[in-house]
Amino acid sequence: MMPSAAMSGHGAQTATSKPARLKTRVVDRFSEPIAAYLLALPGGALLALLFILPVIAVFVIATTNWSFGGTSLSFVGMRNFRDVFADSTFRMSFLNTIVYVLIVVPGTIGLGLLIALLIEARPSLRGFYRAIHFLPFMATLAASAVAWEMLLHPTMGLVNQAFSALGLPTANWLRDEKTVLPVLALIGIWQNLGFAMVLFLAGLKAIPADLYEAADIDGADGWFDRLRTVTLPMLGPVTMFVVVVVAIRAFEVFDTIAILTQGGPGRASEVLLYTLYRESFEYLRTGYGAAVTVVFLGIIVTLTLVQVGVMEKRVHYS
Amino acid sequence: MRIGQAFHPSAIGRHAALLMTGALTLAPFIWMISLSAKSPDEMFDPGFSLLPRHWHAWENYAEALTAAPLLRFLLNGAIVCFSILALQLLICVPMAYAAAKLRFFGRNALFGAVLLGLLLPHQVLALPVFILCHKLHILNSYAALILPFIVSPFGIFLFRQFFRTIPDDILHAARLDGLSEFSIVWRIVVPMSVPAMIAFSIFSVVAHWNDLFWPSIVIKTTELMPPSLGVAAFRGIESGNDYGPLMAGTVLVVLPLLVAFALAQRWFIEGLTSAALK
Repeated sequence: MMPSAAMSGHGAQTATSKPARLKTRVVDRFSEPIAAYLLALPGGALLALLFILPVIAVFVIATTNWSFGGTSLSFVGMRNFRDVFADSTFRMSFLNTIVYVLIVVPGTIGLGLLIALLIEARPSLRGFYRAIHFLPFMATLAASAVAWEMLLHPTMGLVNQAFSALGLPTANWLRDEKTVLPVLALIGIWQNLGFAMVLFLAGLKAIPADLYEAADIDGADGWFDRLRTVTLPMLGPVTMFVVVVVAIRAFEVFDTIAILTQGGPGRASEVLLYTLYRESFEYLRTGYGAAVTVVFLGIIVTLTLVQVGVMEKRVHYS
Repeated sequence: MRIGQAFHPSAIGRHAALLMTGALTLAPFIWMISLSAKSPDEMFDPGFSLLPRHWHAWENYAEALTAAPLLRFLLNGAIVCFSILALQLLICVPMAYAAAKLRFFGRNALFGAVLLGLLLPHQVLALPVFILCHKLHILNSYAALILPFIVSPFGIFLFRQFFRTIPDDILHAARLDGLSEFSIVWRIVVPMSVPAMIAFSIFSVVAHWNDLFWPSIVIKTTELMPPSLGVAAFRGIESGNDYGPLMAGTVLVVLPLLVAFALAQRWFIEGLTSAALK
């Protein structure tokens, strides 16, 4: 993955006589594990404290009726999960998240691939185009969201000004139940596009040039033929991988909701992570929030395991 | 020949398409900068112009820096991000070295824990870690922003992969020279792993500078807010239709990362995509 920091140690090896090496080996046998424990101890302890124990705690808390700050606490089994799935707000939130993901993933993949193909097609200004399309991915989303709000402002926003000049219908995009989710998804596409593009660019670079030569010999000389017979089939595994990674990022949508809509209007933009945030930290329904967290974890872990499967498949291709 | 290529219809088409998608991509940033220089009256003028007729940038930026403590937000961001990064390196590098190069009982279990950690998004850990911070009496402090992130499974994983490529002979030679394992980590291994260090540092700083979720859980005091939460709060208090100072604030929050990106584009792209390729 990374270039190896190569520097040969052969000089040192020949300079040492055999008995001396054996002696250090014997010392190593005792000192190596001790040194290893000392080096790994802080990290290992913190990993247990901040990752392993908390994730166990989430499952335990999810089976209680605990409210943060409350004094009573009792075991309620699966009741929180039943409540979660019976709750109309959670169902709405789950459905909205699925709709959001189903818009963001194909939009991001399609545009990211298109831009990557255009950039890779010719050498001029490659770095420049790559940089400007990548910018939204690293810019602070909380700040970008405020800029988007201004673009979408009902009266002074550039979007409505441009739409009315072109005779297109205008709207109060973030305050209308029908438009709010697609518009938030559009911001999601805008933010993740450059990320997908960079991953596709890496995938395009990895296609061996002789495949194109072979396609040439077989008579596939137009750009469309080359795209159809070589580029897209070779990008298959990369595409699967990008789909999963972007889907995970889309499921984790939070910043734009928290800043622009707070789940509204009504519950039209309520999404999983925002529901989790509200239940756990605003309403302080700790047990219920933990149950929502477990559902969220289930989705992310499933997607990550799919990603690992895809990565392993990729090894066979390369 | 070269000129002929440059004016080929498909070359022009490529530039036209990429300039258009590029302009759409940059539109929010351009709009942000444009509004940050306009007066409230001018913002609501019908008709589109990017440049203000009357420059109001000085007033807007001055108000952003005084009315909302923007400088304080930026300073908080810098303190938190660099504390997190320093502690992450201090804790993850030795652990990754032990996992990559030393033999000891429990190594596989430890690495299993790292892989499990990689699987867990931090939003899932927020609830128990919030309770932990409450028990430690550090809610609403820098410590609450820093502590949960000082060990990074991704950092350990990335460094371990990199350290494995370092030849064992070099380490043996260093041991024969009398260096302790601790010195080997910091004096031999780290200087040989600069690319991994830079990639991880960029990943970490960008992630924590931009994070809104965790700060909005643990921070209530305006003076302690990092940039993204500060912008959210600033937007909340900004009343009426005077968006100029707010837009100036967003420009100031986005600017440090954009400048760094312009200076080290390649490193940024590598650092930020390395997490996906783990």
